[in-house]
Amino acid sequence: MTDLVVPGYRRDPGGTHPPLASPGYGSTVLRAPHQAPVPLPHTLTEITGPVLGEGRVLPTDSDLTRQHDGEPLGERIIVHGRVLDSDGRAVPDTLVELWQANSAGRYAHARDQHPAPLDPNFTGVGRCLTDSTGRYRFVTIKPGAYPWRNHENAWRATHLHFSLFGRAFVQRLVTQMYFPGDPLFFQDPIYNAVPEAARGRMISSFDLSETEPEWALAYRFDIVLRGREQTPVETS
Amino acid sequence: MSFGLTPSQTVGPFFSHALTWLDGPDVVPESEPGAFWLRGRVFDGAGEPVPDALVESWQASPEGRFDHPDDPRGAVSGFRGYGRSATDDEGRWGIRTVLPGRVPGVDGRLQAPHIDLSVFARGLLDRVVTRVYFAGQPANAEDPVLSALSSDRRETLVAAVAQDGYVFDIRLQGERETVFFSV
Ligand SMILES: [Fe+3]
Repeated sequence: MTDLVVPGYRRDPGGTHPPLASPGYGSTVLRAPHQAPVPLPHTLTEITGPVLGEGRVLPTDSDLTRQHDGEPLGERIIVHGRVLDSDGRAVPDTLVELWQANSAGRYAHARDQHPAPLDPNFTGVGRCLTDSTGRYRFVTIKPGAYPWRNHENAWRATHLHFSLFGRAFVQRLVTQMYFPGDPLFFQDPIYNAVPEAARGRMISSFDLSETEPEWALAYRFDIVLRGREQTPVETS
Repeated sequence: MSFGLTPSQTVGPFFSHALTWLDGPDVVPESEPGAFWLRGRVFDGAGEPVPDALVESWQASPEGRFDHPDDPRGAVSGFRGYGRSATDDEGRWGIRTVLPGRVPGVDGRLQAPHIDLSVFARGLLDRVVTRVYFAGQPANAEDPVLSALSSDRRETLVAAVAQDGYVFDIRLQGERETVFFSV
């Protein structure tokens, strides 16, 4: 009989994720659970996960400037990087989803009431699959900063939202990518809820090598998901 | 060599236009024998519905198998196993699925049928993870995860029978707070 006792994934080390109860971010106050989470063993349900993609991603989904008849307003940028696990192994063929505000800081979402213009040529939604070496690449426009009502004169640091599946339920991650040198970092409690030593991992780096001359600047954002407890034997 | 993990961040309030798929709730097609709806609502610590949450599900097929290369018994192709549903203004979510089969646990013994859920929302800086078990399943009594919980906490993980399937409400905080797991 096949041995069904399978190696799990390494647990998150401390100092990585923001505590759910982070009162500086007002919406956590009634939503963060009060009870401590119960450790769940990594069984087959947890070490597997949805393998999505085929048929779900069109080539045009990764270019957010080409989804409408006209071009969106704003500064065109390339956002690219690799999805890795914490052992540095590529996470290939995994779905990456991206969503963001337009260049004026407004989401194409019915509930966004920020009085900044919508852009008829920008939905701000993209998706792609990583290639066999874990690489992904989007073309989009740089989002604008936007105000929110969390505290007096609160503005979110400029960000892109990212959603990743990895290859296992335990690797699922939703995060945000920031831009280097943003003057809004100091007053953004969502960014600052992350332990200080790990915050910089959410900041992309300007990447001259991937810019397209006379077309677009480029930023690199590598995303690291949890690795296995034991290195699995390569079968191919 | 170890690479530092990317930290989690909230999905924020404005994700539903990006993460909602037409077929998101369809873990199985309507025609699937035994298909039912697993529905519920998400509530905050004041008992108010959460209208900006995303619930995702992951489960085995009725045979207890996964369409995944890491299943040592071999991948069974064609069973999606995954559902996603954003909550509506009343905090309601729902997926169309089937009862999962029993899946071996870490000691090789079979677990009771269960579905893993991730809940994302504005105000959740990281997802919270819970498990749905099903009322009336004899295997619940011997499930190692359920058995380790006190009886009142265990109850929060057992979906109740409903007209067209099962109901599983999620209480993020406070009285009858759902059991959440660290994975
Ligand atoms: Fe945002």
